[in-house]
Amino acid sequence: MSKANVPAAPPPLAPKAAPPAPPAPAAPPAPPPPSKPEPIRAKSFAAQITARFPDVKVEWMKESRLKVSTTPIRIKELSLFARDTMGFDHISTVSGVDWIAKNELEVDYFVGSSVAGQEDFIVDVSERVPRENPVVPTLIDVWKGAEYHERETHEMFGINFQGHPDQRHILLPEDWNDMPPLRKDYVSPGR
Amino acid sequence: MTVESEYSPDSDRIMSVSLGPQHPGAGHFRIRLWLDGDYVVRADPDPGYVHRGEEKMGEYRNYIQNVPHLERPVILDSSNILFPYAIGVDELMNNKIPPRGQYMRVIMSEINRIISDMYFLAIQGYFMGHTTMITWCMGDRDFWIDLGERIGGARVTFAYIIPGGVRNDIPEFAIDKGLKTCDWFDKRMDEYEKIFFNNPMVHQRSDKVGVLSREDALAFGATGTVARASGLTFDVRKDEPYSAYPDFEFKTPVLTAGDSWSRAYVALLDMREAVKIIRQALKKLPPGSVRLKLGPQPRVPAGEVYARTEAARGEMSYQIISDGSPRPYRLKIGTPDFKNLRILPHLLRGVHVADIPVIYWGLNYWPVSADR
Amino acid sequence: MVVAQQEKTGAFQVLVGKVDDVLQYAIGDPMRYLANWGRLYSLWPVHLETACCSVEVGAAAGSRFDIERFGTLEAFGSLRACDLIIVMGTVTRKLAPRLKLIYDQMAEPKWVIAMGACSITGGLYFDSYNVLRGIDDIIPVDVYVPGCPPRAEALIQGIVLLQEKIRKMPTLSGR
Repeated sequence: MSKANVPAAPPPLAPKAAPPAPPAPAAPPAPPPPSKPEPIRAKSFAAQITARFPDVKVEWMKESRLKVSTTPIRIKELSLFARDTMGFDHISTVSGVDWIAKNELEVDYFVGSSVAGQEDFIVDVSERVPRENPVVPTLIDVWKGAEYHERETHEMFGINFQGHPDQRHILLPEDWNDMPPLRKDYVSPGR
Repeated sequence: MTVESEYSPDSDRIMSVSLGPQHPGAGHFRIRLWLDGDYVVRADPDPGYVHRGEEKMGEYRNYIQNVPHLERPVILDSSNILFPYAIGVDELMNNKIPPRGQYMRVIMSEINRIISDMYFLAIQGYFMGHTTMITWCMGDRDFWIDLGERIGGARVTFAYIIPGGVRNDIPEFAIDKGLKTCDWFDKRMDEYEKIFFNNPMVHQRSDKVGVLSREDALAFGATGTVARASGLTFDVRKDEPYSAYPDFEFKTPVLTAGDSWSRAYVALLDMREAVKIIRQALKKLPPGSVRLKLGPQPRVPAGEVYARTEAARGEMSYQIISDGSPRPYRLKIGTPDFKNLRILPHLLRGVHVADIPVIYWGLNYWPVSADR
Repeated sequence: MVVAQQEKTGAFQVLVGKVDDVLQYAIGDPMRYLANWGRLYSLWPVHLETACCSVEVGAAAGSRFDIERFGTLEAFGSLRACDLIIVMGTVTRKLAPRLKLIYDQMAEPKWVIAMGACSITGGLYFDSYNVLRGIDDIIPVDVYVPGCPPRAEALIQGIVLLQEKIRKMPTLSGR
């Protein structure tokens, strides 16, 4: 619905005008053929976040996706801001990534919105922790539905969600005594 | 939870019972129940009996080899679990799918929506003791599986929607058969309304049973028929139109009661809209090829993508991280059943034991999909 | 002396042997035939949905393929009354002890159909960390039905093969 307005509004951002002479706000990925429209909403959300939290890093943005990353200490504040002020109140899923080359584990919270005009937008609130001692705060108080997702990330990567009421195994067998299976140094027995 | 302070687990009023994994009312799933007579005091779902490690296996296979095993978790709905995967990989590779391929993707996705919703309604009838519903729905579902078989080749595991388009073109006779099936099914759905949804026994067993309020549904991250029965208008086909959906006219049915009857009725209304989409798509199929030649081991440039589509049960999402090699670095599958699972213990508090199957299956929960 | 003993027992043995043959022919064989006939046309499967092949069992029990016309009843019985387990699909490490427990709780005679490639050899999931590569390490299997998932007609063929096996069962008690 709001997307119908996006390509028509400002002339300098018309996708056919390949070499942009006017002072366009540095469209770095756009010049070659894929005429993707400028991620206007993503930029405004990113601006809103960085205005309030200057130390949050914006990783990448697309038409309806935005990834921001912060530290475990600041993530709860950032999440409350995303939920209450920006309207991202519908948790989609929680995921973990094992960056073994950098010796870090990453936790991603993918959150959608029920507010009209941004129902297609998904914000990825992420944080990184060292692999040896991965401790992050739980975000159940922000998004209630994250409870089972956090349990799954805990058992698959070994990340400790502090404050989580119940970090039992949810998908793995109760007597699993090997290392967390989705880590990169765990090799499946059939391989 | 507050009930823990009312009764201690050792109190002899509370009986702890295991519903499943071997139970006609459970499926591949276990719910641990604490009962006080006929009332459920606490419920604790215990998934994981079918956890096969899809995400880890995804990292050992290349992007095309991933298609068969990714299809199996939601085998009822196998095209809809491959759809966001194909969209994600296509986005990473910057593939432009030909229009006929996009239309075929939509047609297969809607056929699978009907197949899955029929299974849902069949077992919903079975759990209420309405055996006509299970017999009719299972039998009629076979006609839709036949249509899928004419297009895809196998009975339930079509492996049809792949990165690059769809696997093969639709044969000519299947278009006719599809239109005939749509016409026949419209009348059939009226009969389902008569015998099941307007049935006073069904109303008695599912009206106001397992009521989920709008605020709770939003906070728990509900998706699919569960969310739409509670007043939330989440439908990825309308919120973030993908593939060829902008070309079709259809509505998203939303009800506000939030009880088990609404959750089942939303599935029927979904099926009506699906039939509309299939009919429109079959009538105006554009000519051309249906797939891009990608080769058996496509190289996907490095990048990260979060793709989502509307499966029969809700929002299916993938996080695919690629590091430039032919295998994914991280393949996170977000199935709608796992997203809805948190609602189950919340709804099962304080209900009668006889309401448990109606509520549990009414969440349209397929354990194999939640466990991946 | 030994020779005389043998001769005496020899004649007695032969007489007993002949009576035994007659009894077997008149009573034992027909009873065994009757018992096997009753068992093979009233198989009662346990409701244990193991993995994704269960949708094909559901379709097989539906109105088009209808395994009930072969005598296989709907699966809602108690374990002590059932005599058939159809292991539908992948058996994970979490389910394996429960499967063995369920099999042990069933009363003799009991049979097992391994349905789907995953329960025969691990199938598509051979390299997963949580999957048993075939169930015949934990319970004895009578009929293997390959496929992924096997069509409902293939499952019906598996049931008919099992019925043939039961018809030829040599003893009354089962195995």
